[in-house]
Amino acid sequence: MTARPAAFGAHGPEALYRRRKLVNHAMTAAMVVAVVIALLPLFFILFYLLKNGLSGLSLDLITEDPNHPGRSGGGVRNAIVGSSIMVGLAVAIGVPVAIGTGIFLSEYGQNRAGAMIRFVIEVMAGIPSITIGLFVYSVVVATQKHFSGFAGGLALAVILVPIVARITEEMLLLVPRSLREASYALGAPRWRTVIRIVLPTAMPGIITGVMLGLSRIAGEAAPLLFTSLGNQFYSTDINSAMDSLPTRIFTYATGPYDYWHDQAWAMSLILVGIILVISLAVRALFGSRVTVRQ
Amino acid sequence: MAGLTAGHPVRGARGLTNRLRTGDWLFTALTGAAALVMVGVIVAIFYSLTHEAWPSIRDNGAGFVWGTTWDPAKETFGVWPFIFGTLVTSLFALVFATVIAVLVALFLVEVAPGWISRPVSYLVELLAAIPSVVYGLWGVFVMGVFIRDHFGPVVTDVLGWIPFFDGTPLITGLFSGCMILTIMILPTVMAVSRDVIAAVPRSQREGIVALGATRWEGIRLAVLPYARSGIMGAAILGLARAVGETLAVTLVIGNSVKIPDNIFAPAYTMASVIANQFNEATGIHRAALIEVALILLVMTFVINVVARLLVWRVTKGQRAVVQE
Repeated sequence: MTARPAAFGAHGPEALYRRRKLVNHAMTAAMVVAVVIALLPLFFILFYLLKNGLSGLSLDLITEDPNHPGRSGGGVRNAIVGSSIMVGLAVAIGVPVAIGTGIFLSEYGQNRAGAMIRFVIEVMAGIPSITIGLFVYSVVVATQKHFSGFAGGLALAVILVPIVARITEEMLLLVPRSLREASYALGAPRWRTVIRIVLPTAMPGIITGVMLGLSRIAGEAAPLLFTSLGNQFYSTDINSAMDSLPTRIFTYATGPYDYWHDQAWAMSLILVGIILVISLAVRALFGSRVTVRQ
Repeated sequence: MAGLTAGHPVRGARGLTNRLRTGDWLFTALTGAAALVMVGVIVAIFYSLTHEAWPSIRDNGAGFVWGTTWDPAKETFGVWPFIFGTLVTSLFALVFATVIAVLVALFLVEVAPGWISRPVSYLVELLAAIPSVVYGLWGVFVMGVFIRDHFGPVVTDVLGWIPFFDGTPLITGLFSGCMILTIMILPTVMAVSRDVIAAVPRSQREGIVALGATRWEGIRLAVLPYARSGIMGAAILGLARAVGETLAVTLVIGNSVKIPDNIFAPAYTMASVIANQFNEATGIHRAALIEVALILLVMTFVINVVARLLVWRVTKGQRAVVQE
């Protein structure tokens, strides 16, 4: 045996190679550990939602209104109905604006105006929802001098529009050029081409976008705190304060009674159940295409 | 020929074309108006919040930001404790979520086969679908208790020698806020990092592997440098989300207007003080809270613009590479 070449140092090439392999394995192990850490919260949230929420699920929960605070029993029908009304309002107000914006961006937006509006949409999507709640409070609630389901729906619409507008644009751009060209060749003007050919083709994707937006706003409580406020009683009047699932969960989670906590878990289970079903359905229908660009 | 001319005189054909043009014009105007609604709303948000906050901006001046006392009863408004709470929780979440998210993203793109990476990727993204208030509920009744009884004591044992880490673990407090935000921004940072890492050209990896690098060396020397600014963009997008997060933090932060003296002490963030106090506030107190919202708005606006520019630069760069 001769002396090892000096370039490999005292430990030789095998030692260096072993160390490099060791580092490689260590980092791969670190990645696996990170995956486990990332998945643990989801597992524990779903586990405790089922553990604490299932026992609270009952027919009373969805058919009765809250009892006087402190008297156990009762349900949250008012919150479920209120949430449905306000989410419906948000869809009615927000979706036309969002689809209009999406069409503008995909058909006429390959210029500076389009770039500016795309930027505005990004900014809108990043505004904290509580700020949107305060905005609608100062514009609607403060001028009308009362809280209302309408204001709540409006706040949710402001959150919904950027989500749906972005997905609409992407879906319209996915429609093959050949379809438009066939329509132009038949002498159809641009607007008829968009309405009769492009929109129907992209409709499944747009509906998916609306569903995704819907599942996002259904869980929002922050924009509702100062707009619809919440209401202990059953109300379908959009001109008065209205209850919602997220705000009721917030009230019950911070409240002193055990049965409130139980009902908060049960409501959370319902809410997350609805959102996950929508999310899974969207994923099953469209694969990952729709969610790729957050 | 004569009949056709009678049915469609030249004037009529032009009329039809004009009508079609009018249709196009109307359609452009209509969709353009919808797009302008967005611009109007964002201008209105800035305007109305500034307008409503004006009494506070006028009376409190610049001291509003640096003042350390928030006492509505004495009409003393210093917002620094809330800015402090927001910064500490968000930056903590930023650091830890980014480290975990980038490791997960590397695993998904570089290590795992498709049948593992697709479901894992989807499961992590599901975290983003859970509503804030449900995180809060879970944070108080499950995570907070775990922190007080198990995780907190370990943290003080290990890191207690650092001045800020030597407190008594509680269910709600600054630390719980940090933890819940870490979990909540993880999916955002992971998803964007994953896309950025996946966009690194194959040739980069093949080149370094051909030189005899191990997988990790390839990641460290070829993939990460290439994806760096995109990952920074991802982290900053996560930061923007953390800064604006309201209900989950409101439920677990402990709600104290004093600047916390250790990581477990109760605190407040800007968003949570608005959520808790606004409906009981009147007059100058209300204006002060709206000014807090205005500061929050400007903060998230700046953070988002920086993140967008970073991500935008990367995607432009990638397009240039693809064209080569």
